[in-house]
Amino acid sequence: MEIGLRLAVSLAQIAAVMGVVMLTVMVLTLAERKVLGWMQDRMGPMEVGPYGVLQPIADGLKLFFKEDIIPAGANKFLFTLAPILALVPAMIGFAVIPFGPTMTIELFGMQVKPFVISDINIGILYILAFASIGAYGIILGGWSSNSKYSLLGGLRSAAQVISYELNVGLAIVGVILLSGSLSLVKITEAQAGGFWNWFIIAMPFPQIFAFVVYVISSVAETNRVPFDLPEAESELVAGFFTEYSGMRFAFFFIAEYANMILVSCVAAALFLGGWNAPYPGTILGHLGLDALAWIENVVWFAAKVYFFLFLFFWLRATLPRLRYDQLMRFGWKVMLPIALGNIVLTAIAAYFFPR
Amino acid sequence: MDHIFFFYFAAVIATTSVLVVALRNPVYSALALLIMFFHVAGLYVTLHAEFLAAVQIVVYAGAILVLYLFVVMLLSIKSEERYHNQLPVAGLLGVMLCTEIILLLIQSRTAASAQAIPADPVTGSGNTEMVGEALYSTYLFPFEVASLILLVAMIGAIILAKKDINDQVQQ
Repeated sequence: MEIGLRLAVSLAQIAAVMGVVMLTVMVLTLAERKVLGWMQDRMGPMEVGPYGVLQPIADGLKLFFKEDIIPAGANKFLFTLAPILALVPAMIGFAVIPFGPTMTIELFGMQVKPFVISDINIGILYILAFASIGAYGIILGGWSSNSKYSLLGGLRSAAQVISYELNVGLAIVGVILLSGSLSLVKITEAQAGGFWNWFIIAMPFPQIFAFVVYVISSVAETNRVPFDLPEAESELVAGFFTEYSGMRFAFFFIAEYANMILVSCVAAALFLGGWNAPYPGTILGHLGLDALAWIENVVWFAAKVYFFLFLFFWLRATLPRLRYDQLMRFGWKVMLPIALGNIVLTAIAAYFFPR
Repeated sequence: MDHIFFFYFAAVIATTSVLVVALRNPVYSALALLIMFFHVAGLYVTLHAEFLAAVQIVVYAGAILVLYLFVVMLLSIKSEERYHNQLPVAGLLGVMLCTEIILLLIQSRTAASAQAIPADPVTGSGNTEMVGEALYSTYLFPFEVASLILLVAMIGAIILAKKDINDQVQQ
């Protein structure tokens, strides 16, 4: 009975988080086209609903009713498996993200943490582990399609994701050194009390370099412009998902956007204080409304995440695509030394000036 | 409850390990290996070694196996026939290993009952800290030697790759 109830609460939390993520993906598909449109001095989608706000629903319906094609000579099993392997790791990472303040509420006589599904003590490693599994969906999708464009896209992606995953991992180490924990909840709590405690500028050693490395590497890891070599339209048609159609294509598409949201959440939690407001405490808390202070925290978290998502669109509208050798040289010869140097300096600073 | 999980993980590990060498398509073999890595990580979680579990997936499933897949796809072999006619040698080695394991099991059955296993050695601080402390105190020397070997391997790989470039230039 106890276990069943706990399971039910957990499933409800998972459903809620997944609902929010899928809703954000829907919003993002529209926001991306609108933001790109405004940046290029056009209006973006305007046809469906007022100002085109219902466009995501139209897109979703279209993808749902499209014919599902499996190309001749494709490996059917892997062709079906690949989109699932791409989407599941992208969704599973949200389990350890703290969306709001650490608090417990009593529900049916159980302690429930409403804003994090599971506070495990290796939270950030868990996200890294599943982010690295996402590469399989891309590689297998490219290979099983039996198409040269797809295969080349998949291979490019494999090399790119491995190279930049390393930089993401190393950029995070500085924050872990300062906070002394791998749990995202504890890392966020360590940054409470004003923006000067956020790890991007916190003493003893500001993680500003790590932040830059993390943001650039995470753009590369999610295969976004200017690092979208795996799906470079002008060279590879659409890269690893050239042969996909209908819902299978939608899976890859949702996975890409879910990954964007995930890396934005991690960046907000690690470097920008997560759900902490940039001033000590919360305004609602100071006004005596402690019971409602969580609203303010959640809003701050959402604002930080949307700032990063906007950055993704901004980069897409601004920068041209890198050449493949430039991408590799940049990853290994520029980002990696910066990340390693940051670890050494942070370790020295943390040793002499323990927080 | 613990036993159910252990037997599930152990059964899947054994099955997929056999599949890795038994399947004809190298891509399927790599996928079987992926499933095996995940279940080994699951075993670590049941032992409360979450750090090891995460590292297992990051390093083996996330990096090394992706490289394997990379190579398999570049070679684009539908099925590898070269290694399928070595049954006599493999059988001999298998029989030897099996007898070894059985002998060890018989020995341990008589000796191990005397040694009591500590109930929960990892308490207090998290197991990440415990692993770090053990690596940098008790096992400092082996740890440094291992990193030295890795460094040598890295330099060796660079030298091998450089040689190729020089040869091409001379030609």
